[in-house]
Order: sequence, then structure tokens, then C-alpha cells
Amino acid sequence: MRKPSAAGRAIALVFAVAGLACAQPAAAPPDRAGNRGGPNRGAPAQNFDAVEIQTLPAQGRVTMLVGAGGNITVQAGNDGILIVDTEYPQLSGKILAAIRKISDKPLHYIINTHYHGDHTAGNENLRKAGNTITGGNVQGDLGAEASEGAAVIAHNNVLERMSGAIGGQPATPQGTWPTDTFVGEEKKMWFNNEGIEIIHIPNAHTDGDSIVFFRKSDVISTGDLFVTTTYPIIDVAAGGTINGYLDGLQKIVDLIIPVYGQEGGTLVIPGHGRLCDLGDVLNYREMTTIIRDRIQDMIKKGMTLEQVKAAKPTFDYDPLYGTTTGFWTTDRFVEAVYQTLKK
Amino acid sequence: MDTVHRTKFAILPLLLLGTMVGVPARAQINLSGVWQNQLDEDFPDRLAGPELGDYAGLPINAADRLRGETWDASLITLPEYQCRVHPSDYAPSFADFRMWEEYDRETQNLVAIHMHHFAWATERTIWMDGRPHPPDYALHTAMGFSTGKWEGDILTVTTDHFKEGWVRRNGLARSDRAVVTEHFIRHDNQLTWVTVVNDPVYLTEPLYRSRDYVLGLAGQIAPYPCESVEEIIRPKEAIPHHLPGTNTFNKEYQERHGIPVEAAMGGAETMYPEYRSKLVGAGVQPK
Repeated sequence: MRKPSAAGRAIALVFAVAGLACAQPAAAPPDRAGNRGGPNRGAPAQNFDAVEIQTLPAQGRVTMLVGAGGNITVQAGNDGILIVDTEYPQLSGKILAAIRKISDKPLHYIINTHYHGDHTAGNENLRKAGNTITGGNVQGDLGAEASEGAAVIAHNNVLERMSGAIGGQPATPQGTWPTDTFVGEEKKMWFNNEGIEIIHIPNAHTDGDSIVFFRKSDVISTGDLFVTTTYPIIDVAAGGTINGYLDGLQKIVDLIIPVYGQEGGTLVIPGHGRLCDLGDVLNYREMTTIIRDRIQDMIKKGMTLEQVKAAKPTFDYDPLYGTTTGFWTTDRFVEAVYQTLKK
Repeated sequence: MDTVHRTKFAILPLLLLGTMVGVPARAQINLSGVWQNQLDEDFPDRLAGPELGDYAGLPINAADRLRGETWDASLITLPEYQCRVHPSDYAPSFADFRMWEEYDRETQNLVAIHMHHFAWATERTIWMDGRPHPPDYALHTAMGFSTGKWEGDILTVTTDHFKEGWVRRNGLARSDRAVVTEHFIRHDNQLTWVTVVNDPVYLTEPLYRSRDYVLGLAGQIAPYPCESVEEIIRPKEAIPHHLPGTNTFNKEYQERHGIPVEAAMGGAETMYPEYRSKLVGAGVQPK
């Protein structure tokens, strides 16, 4: 959990070199920035000067920041500041200003929910604004550099993709890479007097997704494993699958305890969109399951992708989530579901 | 002294005027009390519940029709769905409710009107203090976020920030983007509660509904505990639904009452009286 950033960089460099050696043809869909390769190729063509970072207290120690990229989750307390995801670098100054209105404590941790640029491209700027908690042998061996910059925590596949080790994509700037990665089902940590679970969901939105559960504040930060603005975004080239995505939604549902009915209690900060609770996640899971089942049935009947698209399996949800323009069109969603169910 | 007297006389009208202008937003009419539901309007829709496939008289679009056709009532046997509350635009269909006012102690300004529904014990607040609605990214709830104003003696309420709800509890969805206008109209001990649902996602025209209540001088609201249980053992990720074109239950309503498919499937046209003439003209005789 507290590897020095220099060590992280060294590991990442190894992955980057390895990645260059086994680079594959680019196949990933463009990310929200519209850039092929998904992860981190900067920001979409938009006027960042006009973007304001909105702040919405969730509950407990957790606040939601809303800007132009993925939502940012801020946990603040006496120990310092932890954030989940970092948006675009063009907004880093505004994001830091918003964080400073919440707390003047040092930024110690950044957690990345996955590798896409709208969630990670601001890593380098925000990391530099913080520092890593370290000491003892680590400090002794590595010197002052050991505490330089906040620690960036993510599933190991995030590092592998950002460093170009897998996925066949060019590496992002090294300063954006995670410095502290984990493998397996989850990583646990204690910060600001609460337990934090970083739970890996395999092969869902990508192959390196994590949700972050703040146990005392009772807030889940989901990354793009749950959004309210579009159909589920499944980066097939990066290991995403519709069934993994549904497993992720189920995991979120399993963690939530509402006050009554489907409301209150555990709050959910989605990757994009509004603050939510159980009812919203259930509705989204319902929609995703129904469309998955329809497409699965069409595949069983031997329908081609074009026939499936023509049958409009998303018809009743299109007014809510569908679009024919932009990054994640309805067609691309149907294609992703079809492809991953056919495998 | 004369100057003082003149000053006093000059100030008095100003004070009175100021008092009138600065009158806090007190309730024009008192809506407090327990209001007892009168079930003589839309009765089948309210207690027994609507029949499957009955969308007549609802201004739904084709997308919502498909939501209804593919809906499986077994959905509400899922533990997470068993205690799902009726949204505030549908809750008036059921049972009694209590209203009470909240005043600022110092100014005696009306801050809010609160409501407690018997059904699912839902509570909502209608803010009367002029506060703005929250931003889009704030939490949506079944009750929504409500602000009210007096239009004469009528309380008019605007509500947004809904969770997805239902136009009718047989599968027709009402989206989370809906905005609902309500009018609370009191005549002596009678209350008419009118809801106007504007849903840009699933309705092609506003949906108007009215419900009537009588003031219950001795009215009490009972608790409404709800506990989820496992009713059917199945994989927890299972979501009951019908694949498009496979729901045979939806035809039962048409066959039982002799309602043509076109009428049963609803749409704005079926809301209006002229539509009956059209059916009669086509030789359709409902059973």
C-alpha cells in the first residue's frame, strides 16, 4: 500500500518496455475523449475554461466533484485527503481549488477505478500536489523522493494498460501511471478513521476495474461500472464484457443497505452522472439485464449483428440512454454486448 | 412636538404598508390534518390494481408501451423490490395521508409543508421558502424535490429530481426526467389533489389525474412496516421480464372486456372522448 513512488515508476517502466515488445494492433474503442486507444490521450475538444467543478457533499467524509470527465470522489479527514479518479489535466487547477475548499490537509492517495483518460489523465498534476506517507527503511533507502507525490493506487491491469504493457497502445506519460498496484480480489486500507475497500471487478467495463467502498461514510465510488448518462460502456478491446459488467452491478447492489425500500443508506457516486442510491442501481441493473437477455436470445436464434441491431433490442430504453452521436452510441453498445456474448 | 407627531403619522402608513408588503408566505388556506382517501374515482386502478395490458387512456409513447409489454409482475417478488415505495406522483392513488406545516419560529414564515402517506410510510417535503431546486447531479428520490407556491387558495407544487417511477403499476414506466405539477384544492372539508405529469421520455402529452379526500377529524395514520423476504429461490442476478412478443398475459384484458388492441395499447388519442366515437363508428362494442 505504501510503496514509494519511485519504485512504482520503476515497475511501471518494466511494463512499458515489455508492452512495447509485445504491442498488438490497436483495437480499443475511442475513449470519452474520442481518442482511439481509450486510456489517456488527453481530453476531448471542448472549452475547459468554461468548465466549473461542482461540489456535492455525499455523506460522512465523502464529497462528489463533477466536472467534464468522470466524477471525482473526495474523502477528507484528519489524516489527509484521498481522491478517486482525476479527470483531465486541463482541469487539475480547478479540481485542486475545489478540493482545497473541502480540506487544507495534504493529498496522500489517488485511487484509479480504471485506465481511461477521462478518469486518469489528471493523475500527474494531482499527484504532484500531494505526497506519499512513508518513512523507515523506505525513506532511508530512497531518500526524499520516496514521499514525492501522492500514491496512485489501482488494479495492476490499469498500470499495464497505461504503460502500454498490454493492449497494444502507446504508453501514457509515466507520471500518470499508478505507483501502487494490487492483484486479486481487493485491497483494503484504513484512512481518515474508516475502512476503505478497493474491490476489483474482473472483465466488466475493462479488465482493470475497481469500485471503492468507504465503509464508515457508507459511500461507494463505482467508476464507470455504473453511470446514469449512457448505456453501459464496455471496452471490449480492454477486456470488458457485458456479463462482467452485470457482475459489477450485482456487487454494488450487494454492498448497499438502504434505509427503507430502495432509498437512502449507502450512497453511490457513479462514474458519470448524478449521485445515486440503491434504486438507481437497481433500475440500471434491470435495464442492462433485460437488454443482455434480449440480445442473448437473438444470438441463440442465429441472428447476425446487423439483424440484432435492426431488431432494436434497446428500443424502450433509447429515450433514456440511447444516442446516435458522440462517443458511446447505441449501436456501439449493442455491438459490445453482441461481441462479448458470442465469445 | 408637531414635528414629532407629523413624523409619527407619516411613519404609520409606511409601517402598515411595510407590514403588508413584507407579509411572510403564510398558508393561504390550512391544509393540515389527516385526509382520507375517497376511492370512487378510478377505483380499479387503485385498490385492485390495473389489469395487465391495460394502457387505455394514457398518453404513452411506443417506448413505454414496450416497457409495459415486457414487464413481468414477478419482478416485485425480488427482495430488493418488495418494499419499493410508490413515487409521490402515484402515491395519491392510495390510502390516507397527513399534512402539516412548518413555520420559522422567529418570523412565522411558512418554511415547508410536510406530507406522510400511509402507503409505505413515505414522507415528503414541499418547500415554501423560495429555495431553488438542486442541481441535476444531486440525488433523485421517489418523492422528488418539491417547491410550492400559493395561487389564491390553491397550493401549486412543482416536483423534479424523481427516481424512475410508473405511469401505471402494470409496467408502464415514468422516467426520472419527469416534472410534476400538483394542485391542492380545498373546499371546506374536501380536498382535490390534481397531478400533472410531464415526462419527456415516455409521455407524448401531460398526464392529468385527480383524487379526492375528506378531512378526517379523528384520522390516524397507522405504521407501515415492510420487510423483504426471499419469496422465490433463484439466482440473485435474475430479473424477471418477458422477451418482446412473448407476453401472452397482456391480451387477457382485451379479450375479457372486448377492448380493441389499439385502444388497450393506449396513446394520447385514447385519452379523449372523441376516441369513443371513433370506436363506436368502427363498430366496436365493449363488453
